[in-house]
Amino acid sequence: MNFDLRLPIGIMFSLFGAILTIFGLVSDKKIYEEHSLGINVNLIWGLVLLVFGVFMLLLALRGGKKPGPPPPQN
Amino acid sequence: MQQHIALGNIDYAILLIYFGFVIAIGWILKRYMKGSSDFFLSGRSIPAWVTGLAFLSANLGAQEVIGMAASGAKYGIMTSHFYWVGAIPAMVFLAIFMMPFYYGSKARSVPEYLKLRFDEKTRGLNAISFAVMTVFSSGISMHALARLLQTLLNWDYNFSIMVSAIIVLVYILLGGLTSAIYNEVLQFFMIVLGFAPLVILALKDIGGWSALKEKLIPVATSQGFQAGTFSQSWQHMAHPADNPMGVEWFGMVMGLGFVLSFGYWCTDFLVVQRAMAANSMSAARRTPLIAAIPKMLFPALVILPGMIAIAMHYANGKSFLPLGADGTPDYNMTIPTLLAKYLPTGLLGVGFTALMASFMSGMAGNVTAFNTVWTYDIYQSYIAPGKTDTHYLWMGRMATIFGIIVSIGCAYLASHFNNIMDMLQLVFGFVNAPLFATFLLGMFWKRTTGHGAFWGLLGGMGGAALFHGLAIAEGNTPGIKGAWIAPHFHFHNDMGQNFYMAIAAWTTCFVLTIAISLATARNKTDEQLKGLVYSLTPKPETAHEPWYQQPVTLGIIVLAATVLLNILFW
Repeated sequence: MNFDLRLPIGIMFSLFGAILTIFGLVSDKKIYEEHSLGINVNLIWGLVLLVFGVFMLLLALRGGKKPGPPPPQN
Repeated sequence: MQQHIALGNIDYAILLIYFGFVIAIGWILKRYMKGSSDFFLSGRSIPAWVTGLAFLSANLGAQEVIGMAASGAKYGIMTSHFYWVGAIPAMVFLAIFMMPFYYGSKARSVPEYLKLRFDEKTRGLNAISFAVMTVFSSGISMHALARLLQTLLNWDYNFSIMVSAIIVLVYILLGGLTSAIYNEVLQFFMIVLGFAPLVILALKDIGGWSALKEKLIPVATSQGFQAGTFSQSWQHMAHPADNPMGVEWFGMVMGLGFVLSFGYWCTDFLVVQRAMAANSMSAARRTPLIAAIPKMLFPALVILPGMIAIAMHYANGKSFLPLGADGTPDYNMTIPTLLAKYLPTGLLGVGFTALMASFMSGMAGNVTAFNTVWTYDIYQSYIAPGKTDTHYLWMGRMATIFGIIVSIGCAYLASHFNNIMDMLQLVFGFVNAPLFATFLLGMFWKRTTGHGAFWGLLGGMGGAALFHGLAIAEGNTPGIKGAWIAPHFHFHNDMGQNFYMAIAAWTTCFVLTIAISLATARNKTDEQLKGLVYSLTPKPETAHEPWYQQPVTLGIIVLAATVLLNILFW
């Protein structure tokens, strides 16, 4: 099967990461006082997701050129 | 007081994007679904890291996420025994000893292995009981999800049932097992990345691990246990009365570890099916081992939040978790409560989506296992053998639709008659408990006969039922909870009773199978059992592989790490 699962994973988490990062930058700081101990977790975790997503995308793009898995044994 | 979560637009957006991806993956995979083996077995073409994460994720349903957090709150760190004594050793055993037979025999399902190894009736018994169980489990998942959405978001129960059923239906119809597996991997990352910030924030709020241990002392002492009971996994296991699980080390290691966990991880087609879809024998054997690595760290993600929640509950004058009707905390609300408290809108969408995803993959896993067993082991074997492959592919799609419709029925049954569900789960317990004895004997003792396996299995189920009829846990009234014959064995709670029931069932099955096998003639020759029994099967050649791909090396590393974790949290 030549469909690389890392591609959709990468796209989806990059998208989530971007959404959260932007939202973290523009959102009212009050929601963080209320919930996450005053930490802007949307911004921080948005960046984490973005890094993860881009990493997966890179793997998918690099891996796309590799030959397929070895043929089944026996 | 009821918990409410207020989802903002951004949270809904994340939820919708996620389900968009889920459907899209099914859509992309549609063109690969050419024959029945693509649909049911993913054409045996999936790389090990994908099957490994799916193997883990297929079990990561609602029961795992909500249930393990609930147990973490109820029993403390002893809940980790489900992982570090139960799951991990069983997964290593599956990888090293059992996968060669499942994958190498070219059986398309666990029941089919039983047919190759034993006979038709043993397969039939396993296939039919498994098929019934999967649709009920799927229905229970659906019901739990709808109930949760109703409580948290005030969503309409029927609406939730329909939406979850339609999403699962669409992506399995489109992409079959591959679709389920790929989405399980997606869900794995959702769960890890969605819950990690929750755990980090909660742990930071309570003041770190040592502060948590400190705050768990009153939780233990107020229930009459020694101070460290909730933060030390082994030190309070000398007697059942010493710990909230109500079980001592022997019952735990044998009942939970050996019988129940090996029975589940090594024989349940729901998880084994993921490994069978791998693209080579080596990948199939690595599947459970790749799963074991994140699995051994999962207590930090699912049990730790429960421990934090109960510590906060006691520290805050018992007002952190919502209280049930009887005044005890509603443990099942642990994860939702933490989500609502610690995640602001935005990240809440990710956490909440992870939770919903786990319910749905629980359903999808059951449905894909059901459609395979139905089509190959029941339909093709007993109802319509000898049809074209296209016909069986069509039947698989029909079975998916049928399975989901029956699941919906079960969900409504669960919402109206709680005790029917309790009864069913009890019966499933009887059916599952002896299974591992049959497989163990079948795979390692070539003298085991078809009659021995079949009657031993039935006898084991009977043994479980009989034990249940004689055992009762403190505070329960005789009836569905046990002792419907006579209260003969007494336990501190249901868990201890369950573990010993499993031991009784396993032992009955083990002894009966040996006795009947010795009394009956072998129905398979050595030649027929090649590839199905350990002593008659050439060992898979792994010497040419790098060390990090060799199952035995990986297995030893995994076990050593597990032992270390047990010692660290002794």
